[in-house]
Amino acid sequence: MKTVADLKALREKLQAEMQVRSDSGTKVVVGMGTCGIAAGAREVMAALLDEIAKRKLQDVHVEQTGCIGMCEKEVLVDVIRPGEDRITYGKVKPSDAAKIIGDHVVNGKIVQELVVGRIERQKK
Amino acid sequence: MMQDTRIRADVLVCGGTACSASGSQEVMKRLREEIAKKGLSEEINVVKTGCHGFCENGPLVIVYPEGTFYVRVKPEDVPEIVEEHLYKGRVVERLLYHEPTTGKSIPTYKEIDFYKKQKRVVLSKCGAINPEKIEEYIALGGYEALGKVLTTMTPEQVIEEVKKSGLRGRGGAGFPTGMKWQFAHGAKGDKKYIICNADEGDPGAFMDRSVLEGDPHAVLEGMAIGAYAIGADEAYMYVRAEYPLAIKRLEIAIDQAEKMGLLGNNIFGSGFNLKIHIKKGAGAFVCGEETALMASIEGRRGMPRPRPPFPANSGLWGKPTNINNVETWANVPQIILKGADWFRSMGTEKSTGTKVFALTGKINHTGLAEVPMGITMREIIFDIGGGIPNGKKFKAVQIGGPSGGCLPESMLDTPVDYDSLTKVGAMMGSGGLVVMDETTCMVDVAKFFLNFTQSESCGKCTPCREGTKRMLEILNRITSGQGTETDLVVLEDLAKTIKVSALCGLGQTAPNPVLSTLKYFRDEYEAHIKEKRCPAGACEKLAQYFITEDCKGCGLCARNCPVHAITGEPKKRHVIDQTMCIKCGTCMQNCPFKAITKK
Ligand SMILES: Cc1cc2nc3c(=O)[nH]c(=O)nc-3n(C[C@H](O)[C@H](O)[C@H](O)COP(=O)(O)O)c2cc1C
Repeated sequence: MKTVADLKALREKLQAEMQVRSDSGTKVVVGMGTCGIAAGAREVMAALLDEIAKRKLQDVHVEQTGCIGMCEKEVLVDVIRPGEDRITYGKVKPSDAAKIIGDHVVNGKIVQELVVGRIERQKK
Repeated sequence: MMQDTRIRADVLVCGGTACSASGSQEVMKRLREEIAKKGLSEEINVVKTGCHGFCENGPLVIVYPEGTFYVRVKPEDVPEIVEEHLYKGRVVERLLYHEPTTGKSIPTYKEIDFYKKQKRVVLSKCGAINPEKIEEYIALGGYEALGKVLTTMTPEQVIEEVKKSGLRGRGGAGFPTGMKWQFAHGAKGDKKYIICNADEGDPGAFMDRSVLEGDPHAVLEGMAIGAYAIGADEAYMYVRAEYPLAIKRLEIAIDQAEKMGLLGNNIFGSGFNLKIHIKKGAGAFVCGEETALMASIEGRRGMPRPRPPFPANSGLWGKPTNINNVETWANVPQIILKGADWFRSMGTEKSTGTKVFALTGKINHTGLAEVPMGITMREIIFDIGGGIPNGKKFKAVQIGGPSGGCLPESMLDTPVDYDSLTKVGAMMGSGGLVVMDETTCMVDVAKFFLNFTQSESCGKCTPCREGTKRMLEILNRITSGQGTETDLVVLEDLAKTIKVSALCGLGQTAPNPVLSTLKYFRDEYEAHIKEKRCPAGACEKLAQYFITEDCKGCGLCARNCPVHAITGEPKKRHVIDQTMCIKCGTCMQNCPFKAITKK
């Protein structure tokens, strides 16, 4: 390391690794109940993670949640962009991952044909 | 070393001394194994961090991105965490922290009362990063403050900023840091030194250890900034040898920083050089005193010398030297990055910023807490510390370690700042807080601390060497029922004399626990002397044993009494002759009817 600019460049590169620990950004939540896993939730999650990695998105977290009781609609994926409503997608297949990430997470355009629920943003 | 952004979760395991002692290394090993077994190694990182401060609930495991906070995790719990949480996304409810008063489970750590009132500045990275990876420190802005001073600021500007911040020494006395730097900066000499005091000798204190273990680079970066400001090119970390983990992390940190060119020669191409050495101390309390500490680094016996000359003019090997405490150094990079005004916005007018306290004794949450200066003692003990366990009543808090004082309930609303604490007879000290409940005898507490300073006295000056010994003898007499009213007068007289005549801070402050307990708990001393009674029931030798009406006259007590102090007719209530009783308690242990009480 020779200059302060080198340090800043290194920092930007390293920040991505620590992103998981920050609580900002968009959350993508995959339903991982027994029903979800049986319906292919792990494959969907892998596809989502791959898509995020491919696009080098930094401010996106993938979380998991348990069964929420809409088992026939599994695999369920929620997308929560900061300050926006929580959108729930149902019957998600790995092939839908690119669309959910590309349209909704990146561009804020909801993938209407997959939506099964919408929860209004909590006002604090 | 760049990792794939496919990582979706970080599992942080506390690797501080306390959590390691309760088995966190095993937990971490098990986590890695179970995660691999499930085929999740590609998407989940396991990270060893420094201390989170919530030590009594360790080992701690935090799962991100959710921030789920698991407490008291045992290796056996790991498969469930991996299967349920990491694989299926279901929080393991039973391992969450449960608020003791409500029994409610708390999912993430920001919501726990212990953390709510804290202001974590010095500890902001402790527990959040892996202290053995310089990359994680850099990712959060590490070494940018050093870059800033070396490339855009003159030493004078650095000193000015630190002065403006109002930062005062966190090692005890609270001397303004910027002013100290200015003295060393202005001192004549071509060779100057920087020292970090990590001797941390107060019983019950572990703030500095946790900072060194959890965020070693912050301390190194602070020292480098200070070295630039005063014109030093060599520095010493003086760490007690009982802190092996802190030493290991420091060695790793120095090595990584040197390899990256952040320490060593010509840092950031500025021409500034710094070599940092680690010196292990043998753990004598007096070696925390700056002149004794320097003697110890030089390889001489650790004894204080009179000041002046102050270290700023004649320190290590007679050269101008600036010495600061671990926590003081750790504040410096953030002051440079965020500015003096940001720092001043926390705390009070004359005590700016935050202070880390180690909470110990009779308190629900033992651990580390960082609070803004000016908060009250009551808030620290009750809101953050969770109050006194087992439904007992608060009695006193010793603040400032063996050099500090004991404050009673009526002083709990005193703001925690340097000047207010000194005014009420205690002191900030390094940040040890020992909480006592109603079962603690205050004379006994004074004796405990004086016993500590007396045995740690280096013996160089008479007031400390002889004076503390005489004081201790008096306290021993009082707690064993042999004290007289003249003893109290002599005790107070000695205390005041030693305070003004001892050579160094050790002797000058050793009488404080006695003076403060005399001030706030004089009635307890008097009860010991006049009534031969210990109101807290703690002093064994003053205890009195009585036989109650429940006595069936079986005679077992009388037969077992080693001094034949118990008499009575068969089948009738027996009595103890108090003048013969040696308070051994054998009668009480042998009574099958629980008919003997102690008062
Ligand atoms: C008996 C005695 C023990 C001390 N122990 C420590 C210690 O463990 N750590 C510490 O930082 N300062 C300790 N000090 C204070 C140091 O002498 C010195 O004031 C301090 O390191 C200065 O740093 P600061 O201005 O950053 O607080 C001790 C002082 C005395 C008299």
